[in-house]
Amino acid sequence: MSSDVNVKLDALPGADPNALPLQVKDLHVEFRTRNGIAHAVNGVSFDLRAGETRAILGESGCGKSVTAQAIMGILDSPPGFVTGGEILYRGVDLLKLPESERRKVRANRIAMIFQDALSALNPVFTVGFQLAELFRKHRGMSRQDAKARAVELLDLVKIPAAKQRVNDYPHQFSGGMRQRVMIAMALALDPEVLIADEPTTALDVTVQAQIMALLAELQRERNMGLVLITHDMGVVADVADRISVMYAGRVIEEAGVNDIYASPAHPYTKGLLESIPRLDLKGQELSAIKGLPPALTNIPPGCAFNPRCRYAQEVCRKDPAPPLYQVSPSRTAACHFWKEVKGDE
Amino acid sequence: MGRYVIRRLLQFIPTVLGTMFLLHYITSLAIQFSGNPVRALFGDRTPPPALLQAITERLGYGDPCLDRRGDPCLWRAAEGGGGWLGTGYEPGLFFDRLSGVFFHFDFGVNLRERAVTDLVADAIPFTFKLLLIAIVFEAVVGIAAGVWAGLRGGSFADNLVKISTVFIISVPIFVLGVVVREFVGVKFGNVLRGQDWIPDLISVGVFTPGFKPDYPFASLIIPGMVLGAVSLATTARLTRTSIMENIRADYVRTAKAKGLTNKRVIGVHTLRNSLIPVITFLGVDIGAAMAGAVVTETIFNVPGIGRLVTMSARTGESSVVIGVVTMLVLVVLLANLLVDLLYAVLDPRIRYE
Amino acid sequence: MSDLTSAGTAVGGGPVGGDGPVPNQPATGGKERSASLWADARRQLMRDPVFVIAFLYILVVGSMAAFPWLWTSQDPRDCNTNRSRLSPSAEHLFGTDILGCDYYAHAIYGARPSMVIALMATVAIVVVGGLLGLLAGYHGGWVDTIISRVMDIFFSLPFLLGAIVFLTVIKRQNIWTISLVLFLLAWPTIARIIRGSVISSKDLDYVHAAKAVGARNSRVMFRHILPNAIAPMLVYATIVLGSFVAAEATLTFLGVGLQPPAQSWGIMISAHQVYFLEDPWLLLFPCGLLVGTVLSFILMGDALRDALDPKFR
Repeated sequence: MSSDVNVKLDALPGADPNALPLQVKDLHVEFRTRNGIAHAVNGVSFDLRAGETRAILGESGCGKSVTAQAIMGILDSPPGFVTGGEILYRGVDLLKLPESERRKVRANRIAMIFQDALSALNPVFTVGFQLAELFRKHRGMSRQDAKARAVELLDLVKIPAAKQRVNDYPHQFSGGMRQRVMIAMALALDPEVLIADEPTTALDVTVQAQIMALLAELQRERNMGLVLITHDMGVVADVADRISVMYAGRVIEEAGVNDIYASPAHPYTKGLLESIPRLDLKGQELSAIKGLPPALTNIPPGCAFNPRCRYAQEVCRKDPAPPLYQVSPSRTAACHFWKEVKGDE
Repeated sequence: MGRYVIRRLLQFIPTVLGTMFLLHYITSLAIQFSGNPVRALFGDRTPPPALLQAITERLGYGDPCLDRRGDPCLWRAAEGGGGWLGTGYEPGLFFDRLSGVFFHFDFGVNLRERAVTDLVADAIPFTFKLLLIAIVFEAVVGIAAGVWAGLRGGSFADNLVKISTVFIISVPIFVLGVVVREFVGVKFGNVLRGQDWIPDLISVGVFTPGFKPDYPFASLIIPGMVLGAVSLATTARLTRTSIMENIRADYVRTAKAKGLTNKRVIGVHTLRNSLIPVITFLGVDIGAAMAGAVVTETIFNVPGIGRLVTMSARTGESSVVIGVVTMLVLVVLLANLLVDLLYAVLDPRIRYE
Repeated sequence: MSDLTSAGTAVGGGPVGGDGPVPNQPATGGKERSASLWADARRQLMRDPVFVIAFLYILVVGSMAAFPWLWTSQDPRDCNTNRSRLSPSAEHLFGTDILGCDYYAHAIYGARPSMVIALMATVAIVVVGGLLGLLAGYHGGWVDTIISRVMDIFFSLPFLLGAIVFLTVIKRQNIWTISLVLFLLAWPTIARIIRGSVISSKDLDYVHAAKAVGARNSRVMFRHILPNAIAPMLVYATIVLGSFVAAEATLTFLGVGLQPPAQSWGIMISAHQVYFLEDPWLLLFPCGLLVGTVLSFILMGDALRDALDPKFR
């Protein structure tokens, strides 16, 4: 697709084209519910370079989707509130922008793909309408031009017979095709950052691979930053450049993909890796992490992982939580005993 | 779409026949167990047998099956043997009525031999206006209140709508009607009528205790609002629940992520989905409102179909009641059919089933 | 009748879900589970002020209907036109009506027909509608098809119109015929609710388990499936009691229900509506009693549903 769509987009005031496309600093999000305050995100930080893929890895309920929604500014509020931190797009703190300015960032500069495309697409409008809407509302195109662009987009994500399918409703597509529509929608306005929240979880394994390949291809073409949110270590290994592992609302380890797989520096990451079935270890018992992640309304003091951790000692059970130790120049881990964890293999 | 429409149309036929039979059977049973309804017209007097016989025949109560308790009046013995397919029976009273209704548009006559269709034709403009006011009132106010409450779940607005709708639902429409007529139409109306500067259209027309032929539209506004009140409460509650469900839906979040304005996220993406059940309810409610018009028109003395039913019921003119109700039921069935088709237009998931 | 339809939409009607017990003790498990559910529900209801007030109100009205002499020593038929339309006083709490009868006594005695009609019709629809719903839901197939079709047909006849036709033609407008027509036109709603919850509870694991260990059809139906259907049925029955009280009064008001000299709130309202300006209490007392009763039943039904549905906890 040509990049002329960006021509009409006004520059964001204060934006520095040389700054990183996305930088999250010490983000805090809480949910105020009837049963108490749930601390969903407790100081998440990460950077994203253009063209880079950052995986955010964790179990369900660890705050990874909430982080994504906070970046997009689409938290259900109430009950969700961002209580601290910064989200910088090219150096501009999105949290300080008025809603009208922030709205223009969505889809134009930072776009998002959701997990379940069937429920994420509006069932009563054709996919053409839902795609064209972006061009009409953000670019002021006529219905006809916008429709033509919608067809181009469907072509781009390799949906066959795009010209006819543009008039179909979401439920008339297969799961994989629907996810392609979602991708098309996210890429419509040529964003610099794409957040993909479990983009393949709802799909068959073969379709998963096709979708990931398509995403990777489009990312390369456009030199786009990709934040990939997933719980699937396999997907991560294939496509990610850097990984942030999250547990109970915190990033507990941050490193390049090869470092993490070679020598995890946090017991939780290590546990995750050991729970993947491996062909070379056939016949051995799979080890699983014992216990359950804590309720976000009641996170244990000290290191949140301590009740499940085989390295835990008295210091881990007391506040403050372990800081991010600099494991090497380009990686950090929030474990007092990272050396033992890293070294004992 | 086509297949859905055809299937729905095919289902429509047995439903119509079944409902017509149900209506026919409960009236036949009532006659069989309580005797010739024509006698009631004479009160305590004993009519001459010839006259009684003549009126009975004229009103269509002459069929001998109406003397046999429990007989559904489907078949009667054919005169001179033979009958339908040589069974010795031919189609009975029920089929006579069906063919009367569907082939001759004949819904019976009243005592003075005026066709029920004529009576209804005179009355229908008033009822139509009344229904129109009621439906518009309940749709506009009900949806607005429901959206208002639904977007602010748990707030003061939400609780206000929740509580007030329970109260409205609990007040029988006739109580509401009488109280409104006396309080608003008479008492408040009298105050207005004492003020010279208020135009007659308002003080005499709108705030009137009953229908006024001089103000054929204005004097129906309050009765229409009373008629729409109960369904307004239901509409508001339905809209509220529906909005609250949809506002958290994933596709609404997608719409926000697309950077659309809040107005568009709610007005287009949320409302369009939320209103599907509401519009269906409003369609079905046309039927309920028609029944409710019986009460409202009686209270406000509107010369429409509803009052025709009550007046005939009070004087014991059962043939008119049966005829008018049959006609109303057919309209209700037709409205339900149209609602189903409308539902398919609104919700593509149904259409392509 | 819109009261009925609105009551219908107010009922969730969903079955009471929850995890089945372990399959090796299917015979007792279902019962224990529902016992704790009911105990929980009772505790929650007793803490709910709205429910308690509504319940007390119904107790009061119920005792008026059952034992009117507890509430008044005066005879509502003891009338004297010399004292027509007296204002409320110590002697006549609600004043006197147009014929000079004690209005308070009339109001007390007027509770009975409404309550009796509502109760008889509700019991009838619960028994007949419940049984047909159970049959349709449990057996499925052609039994279900026939019952469902018949229900559809009853549904397409607007309640008020059907009742007016029946009562006009039958001419005998008394407690029995009014109850009969309410029952005739309202049973499909409850049958539909029961059918729905039976169909959804039929596939629960513990029902399969009970069948697997060889429980008889009737046993499976009454011990394992019916308890699940009872909660939504109870909720609906409570609400429908209110709708029937309103329906009786409406029919009476229209002139096709109870006829004077019977005592009923509907008659009180319809006979005195024109005296509102001079003597508003003649209208406000019966209206208040009637609306209070209907409202109490609906509020009780709402509270019951919230208490019996684990989803609302």
